[in-house]
Amino acid sequence: MQTNPHVRVHDLSVSYGSTPALNRISVDIPEKQITAVIGPSGCGKSTLLRAMNRLLENSDGVSLSGSILIDNENIYDPGRDVTEIRKKMGLLSQKPYPLPMSIFENVAYGPRIHGMKKKNEMAETVRHYLTISGLWEEVKDRLHEPASRLSIGQQQRLCLARGLAVEPEIILADEPTSALDPKSSQKIEAEFKHLKNRYTIIIVTHILRQARRLADYVLFMYLGELVEHGPAAQIFENPQHEMTKEYIRGIIS
Amino acid sequence: MRSSFNKFEEAVFRFLMIVSTLVVLGCLFLIIGTVLFKGIGSMDLDMITRTPQGGYYLGKEGGVLNAIVGSIVLTSSATAIAFLASLPVVLYINIYAGKNSRFAELIRLSLDFLWGIPSIVYGAFGFIIMVYFGISASLLGGIITVALFILPIMARAMDEVISLVPVELVEASFSLGSTRIETASRVVLRQTLPGIISAILLAFGRGIGDAASVLFTSGFSDRIPLSLTQPAATLPLAIFFQLGTPFPEVQERAYASAFILTIIILIVSISARLLAARFRRHTIQ
Amino acid sequence: MTAKRTLKDLIAGKAMFLITAGCGVLVLVMALGLLIRAWPIMQIKPLHELLFSVSWSPMKGDFGMLPFIMGTLWVTGIAIVIAVPISLLTSIYLSEFALSRIRELSRPFIDLLAGIPSVIYGIWGVIVIVPLVKGRLAPLFGVSSTGYSVLAAGIVLSIMIFPVIIHITMEVFQAVPAGLREASLSLGATQWQTVKHVVLRRSLPGIIAANVLGFSRAFGETMAVLMVAGNITKIPGSVFDPGYPLPALIANNYGEMMSIPLYDSALMMSALVLFVVVIFFNVISRYILHRIRLRIS
Ligand SMILES: Nc1ncnc2c1ncn2[C@@H]1O[C@H](COP(=O)(O)OP(=O)(O)O)[C@@H](O)[C@H]1O
Ligand SMILES: [Mg+2]
Repeated sequence: MQTNPHVRVHDLSVSYGSTPALNRISVDIPEKQITAVIGPSGCGKSTLLRAMNRLLENSDGVSLSGSILIDNENIYDPGRDVTEIRKKMGLLSQKPYPLPMSIFENVAYGPRIHGMKKKNEMAETVRHYLTISGLWEEVKDRLHEPASRLSIGQQQRLCLARGLAVEPEIILADEPTSALDPKSSQKIEAEFKHLKNRYTIIIVTHILRQARRLADYVLFMYLGELVEHGPAAQIFENPQHEMTKEYIRGIIS
Repeated sequence: MRSSFNKFEEAVFRFLMIVSTLVVLGCLFLIIGTVLFKGIGSMDLDMITRTPQGGYYLGKEGGVLNAIVGSIVLTSSATAIAFLASLPVVLYINIYAGKNSRFAELIRLSLDFLWGIPSIVYGAFGFIIMVYFGISASLLGGIITVALFILPIMARAMDEVISLVPVELVEASFSLGSTRIETASRVVLRQTLPGIISAILLAFGRGIGDAASVLFTSGFSDRIPLSLTQPAATLPLAIFFQLGTPFPEVQERAYASAFILTIIILIVSISARLLAARFRRHTIQ
Repeated sequence: MTAKRTLKDLIAGKAMFLITAGCGVLVLVMALGLLIRAWPIMQIKPLHELLFSVSWSPMKGDFGMLPFIMGTLWVTGIAIVIAVPISLLTSIYLSEFALSRIRELSRPFIDLLAGIPSVIYGIWGVIVIVPLVKGRLAPLFGVSSTGYSVLAAGIVLSIMIFPVIIHITMEVFQAVPAGLREASLSLGATQWQTVKHVVLRRSLPGIIAANVLGFSRAFGETMAVLMVAGNITKIPGSVFDPGYPLPALIANNYGEMMSIPLYDSALMMSALVLFVVVIFFNVISRYILHRIRLRIS
């Protein structure tokens, strides 16, 4: 199952101050599939994801070189509107961060920022994305309550709906289930499987079994290096590198 | 799609933010600059070496040595008393009661309230204490009042430093068989010494600059106080009184006195800051 | 040996507890002291007359504090109107937009602003602000003013409370999790939109608390106000009129207060009023800030 690359990372290096975090990463990420980024904690998975969303430039002392092409355009080209780039991606973080407003307003936030004005169009959009993220039935009667009253699992699905509502092409998820109970984790995983026909999904996880369940394509990282990448079957059944083998077998973690 | 209105709004607010920041920092430089500039022109050696002579407040000769000495003696003593009172408080809430205990929080809260009380109210309260004990306006009265006034400032500043000491360090000391008072004096104090000195300096700076608390309580005298029961002049009050006279020559001396006070404050603040910075580099966090 | 050490520890503990408890109840002792001294006049005059009557002539036994209360409200009001937007914009700039180097560089200067004695603010007000009001601002509006006015006092006060408000507001911004900002940014919001819709909204209670603390600081500030407000016992009719704030009243009359019956009691009562108002505002803002601290830990 080979498809077009959607995100092309080329020779990407990142360091925090003088501490290197990513060392010359190059990889193509396939379109409309689930790509899992695995590796022990601290190996640079989050950094890679944040580099794709240009979130690194907000912290001081971060230096970055190389390029990331999305739809064949380098997101680090000077003069590119960073908000346009971020709009192409929905970001799901480790811990859900509902915005300090109502459930409805959380989902409406993105569309409103990007110029949606009509009331009924907005209501329709909110309903649509809450439905996609499997939350609609649970919240339709309390759309105007503060989002912080939802359970953590519901909050994470709200964040998913919120991200989808800006109509991204790519979903970046950084250990999206690590703060959730098993039930909620299952729901999120099920959502991802649903969504993968429409979106390119990149999920960071340190749960190997989750990667096995979800991934079509796998990146294995270690100490800032991209050790090995390839279709899931190949990485899990027939890894080439010693390091990958050990990690898959659970020797290093 | 960012509309041009959004871009315009953002540009306007960015501009306003930068202007505001410049206004705030500009005020600081303007105030210090004005006072130093105005003051240096009126400075002479007499100001810091002589007490007011006859007719000083009409423009005749003399200086404000009485106020300089008064301020330093009064504030140093008050700082010493405040230190003796706030050190046990801070050690007690952080080591005996536990830094996150309810009791510690309660004491912090009440120190915050004390910090918020205006110095004129401390002045009034000091006056009440003095009336109660039959003390007249004197060095002693000023010392008591200023000590009360800077107590919460010093205690809170020390607490901020001491509460940064890692729990593990305290527990390690306990597990070696040290008692709490030994842990407090040998481990915690040693670790935080620069920070504690910085807190003392901070409180000293606040104390020496305050006028409203000593207005009722320390009196004012052209002589250098020789005992606790004599009235004592202070620099802030000297500034206030000299500025209040109708004679330009005397007002000039208010500027010179303000110059002296500002220099003292700058020295104290900068030393406190340097110490605090050093402290941050040397502790485990 | 060990027994001796343990005993020492115990005694030190008890002594320290006593001092700590003493500090804990100091606020109450102050309240009580002021109340006892204010009691004589409160027994003779009804509270509403003391607080809301405009007639103040201690010689005749009239102690209506309204002119002073209004004076205080005028100067504090002006100070807040100036200080709130400037401090808020500065806090936003330093905490959300400026490079961390600039932020760290500015911090000591803002602290220094807080450390300048109020007489220095006062003398600066006399040198710079009073002539400014007299020579520039008042003529601009076609009024004549000596410059010693509630406006001059308000301007000086506003500068004095900048550091109070900025310091706490920046702390409140710092308590907003980075993930929340990133959530908004990742949706394609600009930094300003993120600040406006997310950071400010989330920090609103804390911003209010910071400004309430600034207000209460201004409310009790004495010397600077005393030096520039003009001190005329009359309710100000405009910002260019002189005013006579409550703290200035206390400071100006301590000399003669013992020679006129009830005068001292009236002044102690004004101190009590200051105390109560300031504590009230402190309770509100400390409560809010406490809640915020609970939320982040
Ligand atoms: N903001 C930061 N400042 C400094 N170092 C950082 C920062 N974020 C991450 N790092 C360092 O970069 C490396 C990679 O981190 P990260 O990308 O978060 O790894 P992972 O997500 O795989 O656990 C780690 O060594 C981490 O300590
Ligand atoms: Mg991570």
